Amino acid sequence: MAPHTVAIDDLVVQTQNLHRSFDGRTILDGLNLRIARGEFVALLGRSGSGKSTFLKALAELDHEVTGSGRLDVPENRSVVFQDARLLPWLRVLENVTLGLTGADDAGRRMLREVGLTGRERSWPVELSGGEQQRVALARSLVREPELLLADEPFGALDALTRIRMHALLKELCARHRPAVLLVTHDVDEAISLADRVLVLEQGTFVEDLSVDLPAPRQPDNPRFGQLRRHLLTKLGVATH
Amino acid sequence: MTLIATDDFKPTTAAAPAALPARARRGGRVRLGPGPAIPFGMQLGSLLLVASWVIGSGLGLIDPRIFSAPWTVADAFRQLIADGRLQEHFGVSAWRAVSGLVIGVAIGTVLAVIAGLSRLGEALIDGPIQIKRAVPTLALIPLLMLWFGIGEQMKIITIVLAVIVPIYIHTHNALRGIDNRYVELSETLNLPRWTFIRQVVLPGALPGFLLGLRFAVTLCWVSLVVVEQVNATSGLGYMINLARTYGQTEIIIAGIVVYAVLGLVSDAAVRFVERRALTWRRTLSQ
Repeated sequence: MAPHTVAIDDLVVQTQNLHRSFDGRTILDGLNLRIARGEFVALLGRSGSGKSTFLKALAELDHEVTGSGRLDVPENRSVVFQDARLLPWLRVLENVTLGLTGADDAGRRMLREVGLTGRERSWPVELSGGEQQRVALARSLVREPELLLADEPFGALDALTRIRMHALLKELCARHRPAVLLVTHDVDEAISLADRVLVLEQGTFVEDLSVDLPAPRQPDNPRFGQLRRHLLTKLGVATH
Repeated sequence: MTLIATDDFKPTTAAAPAALPARARRGGRVRLGPGPAIPFGMQLGSLLLVASWVIGSGLGLIDPRIFSAPWTVADAFRQLIADGRLQEHFGVSAWRAVSGLVIGVAIGTVLAVIAGLSRLGEALIDGPIQIKRAVPTLALIPLLMLWFGIGEQMKIITIVLAVIVPIYIHTHNALRGIDNRYVELSETLNLPRWTFIRQVVLPGALPGFLLGLRFAVTLCWVSLVVVEQVNATSGLGYMINLARTYGQTEIIIAGIVVYAVLGLVSDAAVRFVERRALTWRRTLSQ
């Protein structure tokens, strides 16, 4: 498996010796990570491995945890959560352009990209789970962020919708080129989407490899299966 | 890698199972929510009350000396309107009540937002509001007369103080109840504080605010009655007080009827606003 190397110039994210602990328990144990501009990184880990804590640290949302270490993230970053978190009292377009001024046209274009033309005036409660998550994606990308943090964004969706959302996310990232950190427990998702896969186990990275599969990445490619087995082993999951 | 032709997938050739026996039709599942609204349902209770009054007085079950019959009250109304007394008193009262309501709502909302968003604000504001809540307006009036005299200002201040309490409590409660995930979302979007208040805090607190408003609109009339009974030379409370001195029960009841109508109409008005402002919700009442 090819280990990953990153050029120093054009870094978007850099952490050095990142520690986070909560209630006396160490969750992140001295993490060092570099993500380059436009790089798509997937972070795999079992429940409780600390991957959501790591993402929250990068999003600077972790007010209640104590920690230390150096953290450099761009100001222009967006977060996509597992629940779409649309404000129920705002219509779809207003949700997409929340916090921006004069961005109605950009908002409409973004909604067209995610396949929701004509739904600008709908209330969030009228949309399905997949549609709401698409609006959340539109909201996160309309700002043209340098870094997109996604915390298991498709975890709450059914398997078929998830497949469609993978294709959509790939398309959007190819067009807008943010650096992406995708936290997921789904190994297939990580291999299909990412240039680089990290495995977090008990607060440290136990794997950091490049995904050297050419597009399109089909699950019936033997190399895909090899990677999958390797990552599952690293995650401590037995495969038959 | 050989591609698998679609013909390689064999269709199922098992025999189709026998049809299931037809089941007897049952009623649909019981719905747990209240269901669709009854037309004019809101007015039904009040109309039944009035109907019992009419029937009770008509059958002689209600002593007219204790509680005037509806037609006597109607006569009193006709007289008051002809004299112009009702309009005059009502106008004065309405001005006081509405002024007190508007000022009270504004102050109550601002206090609720400050106390909701800042721990220091909460520490300073919440205690005094709870104290004011516990003190009956009637007990407060002598003090207010001492400080502000007996003019219009004092009356409006009394109403303002009464109205602040439900507005503050319900708005503050709803504000504190706003889902923390929306606050997290606002932080990830780097929303400036004023945008956060306008787009997240106020809409999130709106259902609570409207409930507080329903209490406030009736409370402004109630506190008005109290202050007008104690020291006034005009207004509905004064009119009722005067009637009490002369033993004119029918005018007292006429005044009560006016308050009842005001209360029902104000509450209905706020509920109407509530329905329009909260169309985005799907709750039990849909």
